[in-house]
Amino acid sequence: MRGQLLFTAFWTILTKEVRRFTRIWVQTLLPPAITMTLYFIIFGNLIGSRIGDMGGFAYMEYIAPGLIMMSVITNSYGNVVSSFFGTKFQRNIEELLVAPIPNWVILAGYVAGGAARGLAVGVIVTLLSLFFTNLSIHHFFITLSTVILTAIVFSLGGFINAVYANTFDDISIVPTFILTPLTYLGGVFYSIALLPGFWQTVSQFNPILYMVNSFRYGLLGVSDINIGFAFMMIIGFILVLAAFAMHLLNTGKGIRH
Amino acid sequence: MANALVLEDLNKTYANGFVALKGISLEVKEGDFFALLGPNGAGKSTTLGIVSSLVNKTSGRVKIFGFDLETQTADAKKMLGVVPQEFNFNAFEKVIDIVVTQAGFYGIPKRIATERAEFYLRKLGLWEKKNQSARMLSGGMKRRLMIARALVHEPKLLILDEPTAGVDIELRRSMWEFLREINAQGTTIILTTHYLEEAESLCRNIAIIDKGNIIENTSMRSLLLKLNTETFILDLKDELPDALAISGYALRQIDARTIEVDVDKNTGLNRVFQQLADQGVEVMSMRNKSNRLEELFVSLVEKNLEMKELA
Repeated sequence: MRGQLLFTAFWTILTKEVRRFTRIWVQTLLPPAITMTLYFIIFGNLIGSRIGDMGGFAYMEYIAPGLIMMSVITNSYGNVVSSFFGTKFQRNIEELLVAPIPNWVILAGYVAGGAARGLAVGVIVTLLSLFFTNLSIHHFFITLSTVILTAIVFSLGGFINAVYANTFDDISIVPTFILTPLTYLGGVFYSIALLPGFWQTVSQFNPILYMVNSFRYGLLGVSDINIGFAFMMIIGFILVLAAFAMHLLNTGKGIRH
Repeated sequence: MANALVLEDLNKTYANGFVALKGISLEVKEGDFFALLGPNGAGKSTTLGIVSSLVNKTSGRVKIFGFDLETQTADAKKMLGVVPQEFNFNAFEKVIDIVVTQAGFYGIPKRIATERAEFYLRKLGLWEKKNQSARMLSGGMKRRLMIARALVHEPKLLILDEPTAGVDIELRRSMWEFLREINAQGTTIILTTHYLEEAESLCRNIAIIDKGNIIENTSMRSLLLKLNTETFILDLKDELPDALAISGYALRQIDARTIEVDVDKNTGLNRVFQQLADQGVEVMSMRNKSNRLEELFVSLVEKNLEMKELA
């Protein structure tokens, strides 16, 4: 009975989140479709044709998994950070705080909402990529689990950002100054094998490298890093971020006086 | 009769060092219509915030229908509906979605939630607006939407923090009727308001909070009995005679046809009318100068201030 109540509460938050990003699809689903199409045209078609092969694949084919993953990362993060901050800003977080919902259900609902948008955008970008290259799935389970776990990691990141944010500027600082550089340097457009040894080592401190390579391995069967280690890293990030987000919720940081 | 709400030695000190509550204790009986009054910054909103889980208490205990808010959180929260002072719904959502979603937060399945949302939106005159974005509603409608949202999980205790602020008189009266109706059906109501006439009209019991302390906690009737003097305004038919005097009463002339009389509650009004009639003065109408509760409220808060200054 209690489980049924908790599931209804979780489902309510998730459907509210999905309703939100589908209602404003022009702001949430359309821009990544346009941006990624431009990436495919400019980097894949125009520049990529002059670059030649990378990792044994045509450049377009090589960057497609990275671009899909980039859109999943930015949209999972962006959904939760803007939605949860908006909820705080409009004070309708109070609707959740007065209700008998455990904090873990609130977190799970928002993370699932963020992951849903990340995955929806991922599907859109994947479909668009088929206009430019052929994608085959080398390991279905690795592909699917990597994309879902990555969406969860960045949804959790977005949630933590939203808890700390006091102004609208605060929700754009991390995506602009941290997330975008890490994504660009995370092996989306190149194999880290091309980098000098020092920068290869530095790149291994970038968490996005593990996600992009794991996803690329799922689709193409090639990776710069060990897949088992990549999964451990991703799951490790989820556990750490989830524990920290729960700590913030339990202490009421940014949401309770 | 069981207690709907028990506060035991509730303290709150904010991070900036401001002490908002200084060990307040309070009991509200089941079925009561209870007023929690106090001047701005007295600690009302902090108290209600702690009961609503929006503010972390520093120490003390809150029980809602016997459930400890700290250890039996879910059971305690299910008993409670909250109508806050400020609009706090997602202004971009549809009216019906706001109410149905809130029911979902309480684990109520969508079919039942939709039925209840229809019932309360109809009851509060919002059904025609159900598909409108909440930001398009008038101020009064937004207040009623928050009441519908607070009732959708059918709480046994409803907290209303200034529910009629900014609402026109006609609508305020209709909201009073609605609140009386749900109270008669068994919902315990705790009301804060700056319209003391509202508290006097609706509430049976009252607590007054000032500077983080409860300075009065009694029945409305007992409190009003403490009022020793009331001031009445009398409208006269003709202009006042030059030397009008009423022995035993303080009298002030407002204008040529209006006087103000202070009446001690032990003396009554009969002698006023008798003496006026003897002097050929005909009274056309009479009214209270100010709300009775307002006079008491001001005197209690001033007394509290004087005691603080003396201490």
